[in-house]
Order: sequence, then C-alpha cells, then structure tokens
Amino acid sequence: MSLTEAPPAPPADPREPVLRKPSTRKRLVPYWLLLPGILWLVVFFALPLVYQASTSVQTGSLEQGFEVTWHFQTYVDALREYYPQFIRSLLYAGTATILCLLLGYPLAYLIAFKAGRWRNLVLVLVIAPFFTSFLIRTLAWKTILADGGAVVDVLNTLHVLDVTSWLGWTESNRVLATPMAVVCGLTYNFLPFMILPLYTSLERIDGRLHEAAGDLYATPATTFRKVTFPLSMPGVVSGTLLTFIPASGDYVNAELLGSTDTKMVGSVIQSQFLRVLDYPTAAALSFILMAIVLLAVTVYIRRSGTEDLV
Amino acid sequence: MTQQQQTAGGDVRLAGISKTYGSFTAVQPLDLTVPQGSFFALLGASGCGKTTTLRMIAGLEEATTGTVFLGEKDITDLPPYKRPVNTVFQSYALFPHLDITENIAFGLRRRGIKSVKKQVDAMLELVQLGDFARRKPHQLSGGQQQRVAVARALINHPQVLLLDEPLGALDLKLRRQMQLELKRIQTEVGITFVHVTHDQEEAMTMADTVAVMNGGRVEQLGAPADLYENPRTTFVANFLGTSNLIEGEVVSTGSDVVVAAGGGRLTLPRERCSAPTTSGGRLLLGIRPEKISLAHADDADSIATGRNRVTGRIVDSSFIGVSTQYVVESPAGTSLQVYEQNIDRRTGLLPGTEVILHWNPAHTFGLDADQDIDAGVESVEDAA
Repeated sequence: MSLTEAPPAPPADPREPVLRKPSTRKRLVPYWLLLPGILWLVVFFALPLVYQASTSVQTGSLEQGFEVTWHFQTYVDALREYYPQFIRSLLYAGTATILCLLLGYPLAYLIAFKAGRWRNLVLVLVIAPFFTSFLIRTLAWKTILADGGAVVDVLNTLHVLDVTSWLGWTESNRVLATPMAVVCGLTYNFLPFMILPLYTSLERIDGRLHEAAGDLYATPATTFRKVTFPLSMPGVVSGTLLTFIPASGDYVNAELLGSTDTKMVGSVIQSQFLRVLDYPTAAALSFILMAIVLLAVTVYIRRSGTEDLV
Repeated sequence: MTQQQQTAGGDVRLAGISKTYGSFTAVQPLDLTVPQGSFFALLGASGCGKTTTLRMIAGLEEATTGTVFLGEKDITDLPPYKRPVNTVFQSYALFPHLDITENIAFGLRRRGIKSVKKQVDAMLELVQLGDFARRKPHQLSGGQQQRVAVARALINHPQVLLLDEPLGALDLKLRRQMQLELKRIQTEVGITFVHVTHDQEEAMTMADTVAVMNGGRVEQLGAPADLYENPRTTFVANFLGTSNLIEGEVVSTGSDVVVAAGGGRLTLPRERCSAPTTSGGRLLLGIRPEKISLAHADDADSIATGRNRVTGRIVDSSFIGVSTQYVVESPAGTSLQVYEQNIDRRTGLLPGTEVILHWNPAHTFGLDADQDIDAGVESVEDAA
C-alpha cells in the first residue's frame, strides 16, 4: 500500500508562529537558569579535570617542559611506590568515619528527640567550630595532645596508652605524631558533617512511629533497630560520605598531628605538586584516589540500598 | 479471622484514673468499665480528654493517679509493649520503610513468630487488601492505609483494640463506608473496641455504649438511643444531635410535672426529669426537633388535646430533601428548631407565618436549670 498523494496540508494559520514563539522561549528558561552554574562547573571543574588527566600521562621535567606521551606507566609506578599511603588514607578515613558515626549518632538522636527547647542551641554548638579556621582548630589539637599535656597524663595514668601502644596506635608515652592523633584530628574536624545529615533524617521521623512500634510489642531497643535506624539510613549514608570522602583526601591532619610514618596520600600529592614538582605523578595519584573513592562509594550505596540517594 | 482465635480477656476497668500536665488537668479522676466484647465509644470535642484516656489504656501516657485493670490484672505500670492491647492511630503511623505485609506482620515478628504468611494473608483478606501485600504504605490511598492500620493491630488478637479517631482523615463518604466495615470486623472478631471520636454520628452508628466526655470528665454513659432520648445534661443534649431547650418555672409536681414557660403551660412525665423538681423551681425542658409537629395558627383547633403547645413565628426554613428544617421564633425560646419529614409537600409554612408547635408530652425531657443552656452547641458545629 503506497501513498501516492499526500493529503492537502491544512492552510497555515497566520497567527500560529506568533503563538508559538513565547512557548519556545518558555521552554528555554530552565536552560538559561542553569547556564551560570554549568559555566562555573565547566571552567572550574571539568576543564581542570581534563587538564589534570592530560598531565597524568605526560613525561618530561620542569626545565625541558612536559609533553603528552601517553605514559600510563606513571600510574603503575605511583601505585607501586605509594600504596602504603593509600591504604593508610583509607584506613584512617574509615576509622574516623566510624568514630564520627559512633559519636555523632547519639548526639544527633538527642538533638532530634530529646533536646526540646535546647535543640537550636545545641545545633549552633555543633556548628560553632566552623567560626574558627580549620587550620587553627587542628593546630589547637597539637597543644591538646602534646607530650606532658593533661590528656596524655590522664591516659598514661589510666594505662590506656600501654594498650594503644601495644596495638600500634600510639608510641610509648606519646600521642602526638602517632596514627591515633591523626584519626582524632580527622574525627574532630569532620564530626559536624556527620551530625547534621543524621540530625536532618532523624528529625524527619514521625514520633508516632515509635509509639506504634511500642504498641506492637517492640521494646525500645527493638524499636531503634527495626524502625528508627532503618528510617535514618539516608542520614547515615550521606553523613558517612560527607565524612569519608574529604577525610580520605585530607592532608592537614596528617601533616600537623602526624609524623612521616603517618603520611596519607593527600600529603604525598601535595608534596609531589609543590615540592618535588613531579606533576604527572601527582596528577596520577589524584586520579587513583578519585577512582578508589568513587568505587568504594558506589559499592557502599548499592549495599546500603538507600534509593533516596541514587 | 474466626471466633475461636479470640483471646479470653476481661473487661477494661479504669479506677480513679486521671492525668495532669503541670497545672492543667486533662482527665479528671475517672471510673469506667468497658465490658468485654463491646464496641465502646469515647465521644467529645477536641481537648475533652478522650484521647488521653485512650492513651492511658494503651500505656502511651502515664496515669497521674488511678489504676488500669484488664480483667483482674493491674496493667497500670506495664510499658506499652507488654500490654495485650493494640492501637489504631489517628494518622495510622504505618512504617514507611516496610511493605504492607511487613507492616501487618510487625507485631507477630516482635513476639518471635516466624511463619507469619498465613495469618497475614487472612488479615489482608479480612480488610480486603489482598492485592496490595507488597506495596509500600505511601502507594496506598487514605482508606486503604486505614485498613492496613486496623489489620496491623488486629493480627495480634489483642484483648482490646484502641481506635484513636481512625476515620478523621477520610472524606465523608469513605468515613461512612469504613464505619460499617469496622463494625463488621468487630462483630466478626468479637474483640473489645474502644473508639475515640468527636463525631457524634459516628459514635452512635458504631458503638454499643457511648461515653460522652467534656472537660476531662464523663458527662453521661449509655447506649446511643438512651443518650439521645434521655440526655441528663445540656452538654449531652446539645452535643448529641440538636435539642430545643426551654426554660420554665415548675407549677405543680405529681406524676406529671407542669411547667410555665413562654406564657403557656407544658407538661412532662416526672420520670423524664433528671433534676429534682419543686414547685416554684426552675427547670429546662428539652425536646428534639424531629418530635415537634407544626400547625398553622389558624388550625389550632385541629390539634389533639393533651399535647404540649408553643406558639411562634417561622423565621427561616430550609428544604434538605428528606425533611424541611424550620427555625421558629417563640416567646418560649429564642429559636426553636423543627424538622418535618417531607411526606406530603406542605405549602403555606413560609417564613413569617404564625404557627403552633405541638408535641407529645412524653417526648419531653427535663434538665437541671443551673447549667449553661448552650453547652456543647459550638462543638457540634466544629465537628460538622
């Protein structure tokens, strides 16, 4: 069956284009509104990323200049040489994240359900450290954990340091310049990023659900396990991500509170870029870290099954 | 659900139970017995203490004084999860992260029952939600969520099911339908239901016994028809349906009490007076609007003797299908309501017409005149 003759087109309405114009313009409005943000991301995120990716496969030296030679061996070498720092970074960041969760959850729970009229005050106190610079706060921890300081004295008297030293977290009578100091600093610095999302998702839980669970024979502990905690999962996931991702790339805490034995991959990247001036290695290290974190996060989100986030 | 699964329980008995929050008394010391297997309604306007009473039975609220008994057992100090009662919450409080099956199975699982499928299926059938087993609560309509909430509570075979305004969020038509459904379920499973509501029609449709609460105390308790016919306070008279209250002076007492009001004399049987009557004392006479007949002033002679009569003038009439409602201005009372069934179309009863209201004296009830004559009036408008 073939159509030999097209049916006559309806006569064009002269008003039609006039009517259509504003609707086209309307359809474009969202894109115009997106434009500034997209421009910003392209200029300050996408382009540097591409530039960095090209740097990572360049060879050369600072004097003779760098050239793209597709030298992927840099990745292999970087990983081979610095894998202890990678493992350490993930370990420290992971430990700090778990500590943040253990410290932050009860506090967020308290603010959401028990603080009553003190709620806003406690929330302000949670954010209060941000009024001081990150560096100054971390430097302050140097004093807190200093040899012969009150914290070390107390831990010494209680023989806590004996145990932690045996575990390799501290060294004899020192806390400063040990893994424990770095993890403490990371935990402290990222705690608010854990508390705030936790609080937001806990606060959203309808208190009547607790009553309903109690009414249906759940003890308070079971209510927490079966109702409160599952419902706070979006907060747990976003809190752990907001803590783990920046913590794994952090170098300030390792630099200020640690020693050469506690260097994290962030410190290595920083010194490769700024001191050794080996740009390709630094860029390759950055990409490896990014890939590891992306992979870990994807697996984690899949596992925790929070549809709200992905 | 079958009858033999019903747990042997007992009456719910509240002895001197009260609740105060700081200086505010939500529930005055209260004695109440809910017989086993009955459908009991706590009726009152918001803030009357009915929900607090219910929550004290559930264990969600601690009683300030008094004791809660279930059968012979004192359950006052038991936490909610140890009480053999379940609640259907006002907002249903379904667990949003669990599907319908798991919501319904929640109570069974908490008591360590592993194979829940058969019971859950039976429950889904009872509330007619078989096809929704794997949906999440937010994918269900209000009425369906309400039925899940009922199923989730009933599956535990509680000795008492507490319903806290379970139909409040539903629209009128659905509410009527759910009232009948809840009543059907109650008859089917035979569990004691304690139902809290502010809707007097709902309470009267569903419950065997209604307790009308006001200001933290029970004003009157009884079968719906009994409460409606023989209210003992102005609050009950006005809150349950509509009452015409006429104040008068007692002229003579005997087997019939004669009262002078609005220039005429009205009689009522003595046994229908809930207040003591002495000659010369004041008395409030009550008469329900549907029990009054209207006659044109010119037809005064055709009214049978022995009926109570009040003269008046129609100020408003509204035709609402089954009946016509008249508002009559009268020397006996400011605005008397008359509902007349539309059996024959009556003409000539237009606003402005002089009329005679007449009714059988036996339909009159007498109340203590020392009460607020308008108590409970506004609450009805709130609820409607």
